[in-house]
Amino acid sequence: MGLYRSHVLVCGGTGCVSSGSQAVLDALKKGLADKGLDKEILVVATGCHGMCEMGPIVVVYPEGTFYCRVTAADVPELVEEHLFKGRIVDRLIYKGEGTVADVPHYTDIPFYKKQHRIALRNCGYINPENIDEYIARDGYVALVKAVTEMTPDDVIETVKESGLRGRGGGGFPTGLKWSFCARSAGDKKYVICNADEGDPGAFMDRSLLEGDPHAIVEGMLLGAYAMGASEGYVYCRAEYPLAIRRLKRTIEQATEYGFLGDNILGTDFSFHLHIKEGAGAFVCGEETALMASIEGQRGMPRPRPPFPANKGLWGKPTNINNVETWANVASIIRNGGAWYAALGTEKSKGTKVFALTGKVNHTGLVEVPMGTTIREIVFEIGGGILNGKKFKAVQIGGPSGGCLTEEHLDIPISYESLSQVGAIMGSGGLVVMDEDNCMVDVAKFFLEFTQAESCGKCPPCREGTKKMLDILGRIVAGKGTPEDLDSLQYLGTMIKETSLCGLGQTAPNPVLTTLRYFRDEYEAHINEKRCPAGACVELARYVIDAKKCIGCTKCAKVCPVGAISGTVKQPHVIDQDKCIKCGACAEACPVKAIDRR
Amino acid sequence: MSTCCKTDRRYEELTAFIEGLPDKKGELITVLHKAQGVFGYLPREVQEFVADKMELPLAKVYGVVNFYSFFHMEPKGRFPISVCMGTACYVRGAEDVVDELEKQLKIKVGGVTDDGKFSLDTLRCVGACGLAPVVIVNGRVYGHVTPSQISSILAEHADA
Repeated sequence: MGLYRSHVLVCGGTGCVSSGSQAVLDALKKGLADKGLDKEILVVATGCHGMCEMGPIVVVYPEGTFYCRVTAADVPELVEEHLFKGRIVDRLIYKGEGTVADVPHYTDIPFYKKQHRIALRNCGYINPENIDEYIARDGYVALVKAVTEMTPDDVIETVKESGLRGRGGGGFPTGLKWSFCARSAGDKKYVICNADEGDPGAFMDRSLLEGDPHAIVEGMLLGAYAMGASEGYVYCRAEYPLAIRRLKRTIEQATEYGFLGDNILGTDFSFHLHIKEGAGAFVCGEETALMASIEGQRGMPRPRPPFPANKGLWGKPTNINNVETWANVASIIRNGGAWYAALGTEKSKGTKVFALTGKVNHTGLVEVPMGTTIREIVFEIGGGILNGKKFKAVQIGGPSGGCLTEEHLDIPISYESLSQVGAIMGSGGLVVMDEDNCMVDVAKFFLEFTQAESCGKCPPCREGTKKMLDILGRIVAGKGTPEDLDSLQYLGTMIKETSLCGLGQTAPNPVLTTLRYFRDEYEAHINEKRCPAGACVELARYVIDAKKCIGCTKCAKVCPVGAISGTVKQPHVIDQDKCIKCGACAEACPVKAIDRR
Repeated sequence: MSTCCKTDRRYEELTAFIEGLPDKKGELITVLHKAQGVFGYLPREVQEFVADKMELPLAKVYGVVNFYSFFHMEPKGRFPISVCMGTACYVRGAEDVVDELEKQLKIKVGGVTDDGKFSLDTLRCVGACGLAPVVIVNGRVYGHVTPSQISSILAEHADA
C-alpha cells in the first residue's frame, strides 16, 4: 500500500448504500483519477458510521471532515474544493440544530461526542473487506496473545473479570457461560454466533457484520480456544445479504492468513468456521431453536436442561453468543478484563450499542457506557424529537421489551434498572414515540409480531397471544369492555410464567408495560370510544374546521358515502353516522381544514 | 413427478449443487435456499425432488418450507415489492405506504397483480431503520418513502 496524503471514507453500510453511496464512491474514484489525484488520495468503502439518517456519509481524513447526504452530483465540487484546494464545502457539512453551530468535524458532532465505541470501534473507519486494515487497527493481536501467552482458562478468567454479559438480550455473564461449555466433556465442541437479528428496529448486529466482520471472527476464535471448540457457525438472517457476502470474504481472508483452519499460528489449535443462512423465523434467535435450524430442521425450541453447554448442536457441547458479545471479546483480551470493567455500572459493565430509531432527529447506532440515561441518548445524542413534537414513550428491547415513559428518562440504563421497570435490555432497540403514536396500537403491533412468530409448540404462547391479540383488536375498534383490561393482565402474566421459551416468556411485555404506564389510553378507547393520539382508524373522527373551510365543495364531491353536506362558499359539515373514515376528504381539502381526531 | 422435469436445466443445476455438498447432513435449508433461487418459488414438484435427492421424507421438507417465512410455494411477481413493517418503519408510517400500494396495484398484501408484474409483501425489518419507512422493489431499497412517491417508484420498474 502506497502513502496517501488524504483518505476519503465513503460509508458502504446497508443504510448508505440504499441512499446511493455506491454512485458517490464511483464518482469520487473517477473524479480523482480525472484530476490525477488518485495517487495521493485514497477512496475507501467502509462499514456503517451509525448515522444512517444523514447518509450517504463521506469523511475526509486526516482532517476528519464529516459530509452528509452527499450525492454523486456533489462530488465534482467536493473534489475541486476540498481535495484539490483544501477548502471545506460548507453546504455539505453537518448542520447544527437550534443554537448549535454547523459542525465540520466528525468527533465534535453531538451524535458522536457522547459515544464510547468499543464494539463499533472499527465500523466506519476501515474497509471491512480488507484484512490488512483490520490488522492495522490491532486486529488479531488478541488471538496471537491468547494462543501464545494464555491458557484457555486465562482467557475465560479475563472475560469473567471484564463483567461482559450476553448482548443479545439475556444478559447472562459471558465468562460463566463459557466456563460451563469448557468444563463439559466431549470429543467435539461448537461455538455459534447468533446473527439472527430478528428484533424489528435493531440493526447493530447487521452493522457489525458489515462493518467489522473480522472482529466477530476473532472473538469466536478466542471463544473456541477458551472452550476447546474446533468448529463454529455464524447463523445469519437471509435478509442481510451484504453481511453474508462480507462474512464469506472475511473467512476466506482469515483462512488465507492462517488465522482460521488447522494449526492456527503454528500451534495445535484448529478452528473451522461456517456460515448458515436463516430463512426468516424470529424464534430462531432462541438458542435451542437456532441449533435446530442449523441442523436443517424446523426452528422450534426445546426445554432446557439439557443446556447447549452439555448437549447442543448435533448433541455436542455448544456455546452460543450474539454478534455484539463476540465483537467485544478481542478488545477485552487485548486490553484486559479490568479495562472493560472500568466502564459501566456495578453489575452491568462496559458499553452497549443501541439502535435509536423512530421519532427522533438522528436515528442511528449509538454505543454508550452502561449507566447512560435514556434522556442523554434520546435528547443529546439523538437530537430530540422529530418536528418539535412532544416525547411520549420509548420502546426498549424490541417485541419482547417494554414501553417506558417520561418519568423513566433519567434511569441509568443497565440490565437491572430496566427489568425493574418492566422492560428488558433486549438486543438494544430504542424506538422513540411521540404524541401521535397510540400506545394501544403499538402494543397491538408488537403482539401481532410475536403472535405471528410463535412457533406453536407450547399452548400458552400459541393460544394465549392469539387471545390477547383478539382483545386488543376489539379495543382499538372501539368495542372493548372494562373487563378486557383484567383479561389482558391475567393472560399476559400467565403466558409469561408458563411459556416454554424466551419468545413466549417476554411476548406480553409490551402489553403489560403499556397497561401499567398508559392505562388512561386503554380506558379512553374503551370508555370514551376515543383514540387520544388519533391513530386508530376505526375510532377516528374527521371534523371540518368551520373557520378554515372555504366552501369549495371538493370534500363533498370525493366523499364516497355522501356524508358531507353544505352549500358553496359556506362551511361544510361531516355526518359522523354516515362517515366511513376513509380520509378522502382530508386528502382533497386544499386548505387543510379537515382534521382527524 | 413427470420425467420431463428431470431433464429441465434448472433441475440439473439443483442436482449439481446438492451433489457438490461435502455432507448432506443439516443442509436442507441451504438446499431450499438454492432451489428457491433457481426456480423462484418452491412448488410441490421441487419439494419432491429435494426430498428425493436429500433422502428425506417429503413431509419433512414440506414442514421446513412452511415453517420459514422466507420460503414460498406460490410464484412472486417479476418485480417483488416488500414493505418493511419493522417497528421503526411502522411508527414512521409504513402502514400508509402499504395502503397506498394496495390501492395502486389493486392487490392485497400477499397478492400478485393480474399481469404477474408486481407482488406485494411485508417483511420484518431489513435493518435499514435509519431510512424508515423502507420499501424494497426487486432488490432495490427505497428509504424515507411517503405514499405520494409510490406512483413514481412503481413507474421506475418497467419490463425490459
